[in-house]
Amino acid sequence: MAIKPLTRSGAGRLKKRNDWVTHLALCIAVFLVGAPLIFAVIKATQVSSDVMSAKLLPGGAFLDNLTSVWTKAHLGTYMLNSLLVSVCVTVGKTVLSLLAALAFVYFRFPLKGVAFALVLLSLMLPTEVLIIALFDLVSRDLQWANTYQAIIIPFLASATGTFLFRQHFMNIPTSLADAARIDGCGPLRFLTSVLVPMSWNTVGALAVIQFVYAWDQYIWPLVIMQQDDKQVVQVGLRKLIEVGGQTDWGAVMAGAIVTIIPPLVVFTLLQEQFSKGFALTEDK
Amino acid sequence: MTQPVRTATAASTDERAVFRGSALPWVFLLPTLAILAVFIYLPALRTLKLAAYRANVILGTEKFVGLANFAELLQSKAYQQVALQTLIFMLLTVSTGLLLSLALAWLASRPIRGAKTYRLLLIYPYALSPAIAGTLWLFLFNPEIGVVNQILGSLFHVKPRWLDDPFLAFGLVTLAAVWKGLAYNIVFYLASIQNLPGDVMEAAEIDGASPAQIFWRVAFPLLTPITFFLVFTNVVSALFDSFALTDILTKGGPYYHNAGITTFLVYQLYQDGFVNFKTGAAAAQAALMLAMVGFISWIQFRTGEKQVHYGH
Repeated sequence: MAIKPLTRSGAGRLKKRNDWVTHLALCIAVFLVGAPLIFAVIKATQVSSDVMSAKLLPGGAFLDNLTSVWTKAHLGTYMLNSLLVSVCVTVGKTVLSLLAALAFVYFRFPLKGVAFALVLLSLMLPTEVLIIALFDLVSRDLQWANTYQAIIIPFLASATGTFLFRQHFMNIPTSLADAARIDGCGPLRFLTSVLVPMSWNTVGALAVIQFVYAWDQYIWPLVIMQQDDKQVVQVGLRKLIEVGGQTDWGAVMAGAIVTIIPPLVVFTLLQEQFSKGFALTEDK
Repeated sequence: MTQPVRTATAASTDERAVFRGSALPWVFLLPTLAILAVFIYLPALRTLKLAAYRANVILGTEKFVGLANFAELLQSKAYQQVALQTLIFMLLTVSTGLLLSLALAWLASRPIRGAKTYRLLLIYPYALSPAIAGTLWLFLFNPEIGVVNQILGSLFHVKPRWLDDPFLAFGLVTLAAVWKGLAYNIVFYLASIQNLPGDVMEAAEIDGASPAQIFWRVAFPLLTPITFFLVFTNVVSALFDSFALTDILTKGGPYYHNAGITTFLVYQLYQDGFVNFKTGAAAAQAALMLAMVGFISWIQFRTGEKQVHYGH
């Protein structure tokens, strides 16, 4: 009885010290990970003379900096283009992979294994590697250079999406599909009114990944889009830096901060589905 | 009565074939397969064909050269250096990145106050693109007006030329790539750490295992499957996603011996294909990279199969 409180307080002290070390380590890590962003935000708010100096206090020039890139360096146009492309790609990939998964799980047909292998194998052929031949095909054969479809349509199929939806559908009891069929419900109705409502977490998790992926596209728009008015924002950043001889860093930082916002919003909105959708697929 | 049997065999998809119709599944698959055929498989085949030709930009002619493009490439000192640089860059970013993110995910999973806030702050940088990472670092490490040199200058009176010195530039790109990849890795490690069997960890703790022992002897082995998965996704992103980062941050430079020291395989491919207009050479590089990706996927598939037993 006499010993017990002693060891407990001893363990408690050790635990407290451990906690304190953990807090310290995490604070340093969070600061280091966030530092480039923090500096970017501070510099984005300063007037150009302060940007060049060592001054690390926020100023009040964020809107001026932003207006300067938004109109003069066409950031507004780039953002709208990126938004259009990313939304189209995300929606298209979701719809196409839902349809493909429906076919793979709820139908029996010849060559199913071959078709599934063809979908999965595409994961091994990244755009970066195919870019020489893809450029030839899209610009010369299809004559799509400088069009939106050139940066949307090639990315509409999704092996990851098809695979994840297939896994998810396979965990849904078959009795539901049997009941639906007996009630005279066709496969498309079954998809829209039964499967999709049961798959929101997977849809959300995939939407985050696909939106961020589409938003981050760089090398393909760089080579296929020669006209500025249809360029995406990631390549636009490079143009902001190169504009004239002297880079207006305050304005560039303001542009970079604004460029982060759309994926951040999508991530924040779908954070719960993102974690849940992944937990689901991790288990199985 | 039939339901348990059905769920038990759910793994084989044919058991679940519910709807009838032989044309209907192909209608559903058509959009996906058509896009893959036109924009993935056709370019892949054409890459192989292009690699066997040499184009003359001035005359606009193409000449069949067989494997000459490959032979030239493999003998080129510049290309050898680029391949070696890519390998070193990949090894450094993957090992540092995974160690750091595992450590941070582990710390942020401890039952401490504000753990949720730490987790959130650590995974938010997932929203950063490689191009933005490049832009931010280009400014941070600008030799004259960058924040880093201003701090170093006032404290130690040194202003390193981060982007002009080959070794500093290589280190900087590596560090930037590690930083950019942290959030992605932490997301996956956090999810797996939360799924670790609590009773096993508790048993180890009751048996008097130290925190370090619990981590290395219990948690780390249980996390091998996710580590394997992350090693492969990180290898692939070191190979391909590094393009936007290096294109903005260093433009492949500075020059060192036979090539720019931060010129990695995809950057070289882009340079030859779209700046020097050596389509044949670029296509040969693409074909080599396809073989490499195929090899990596094959290893992943094989180790993935073995990991199944280990993970459970």
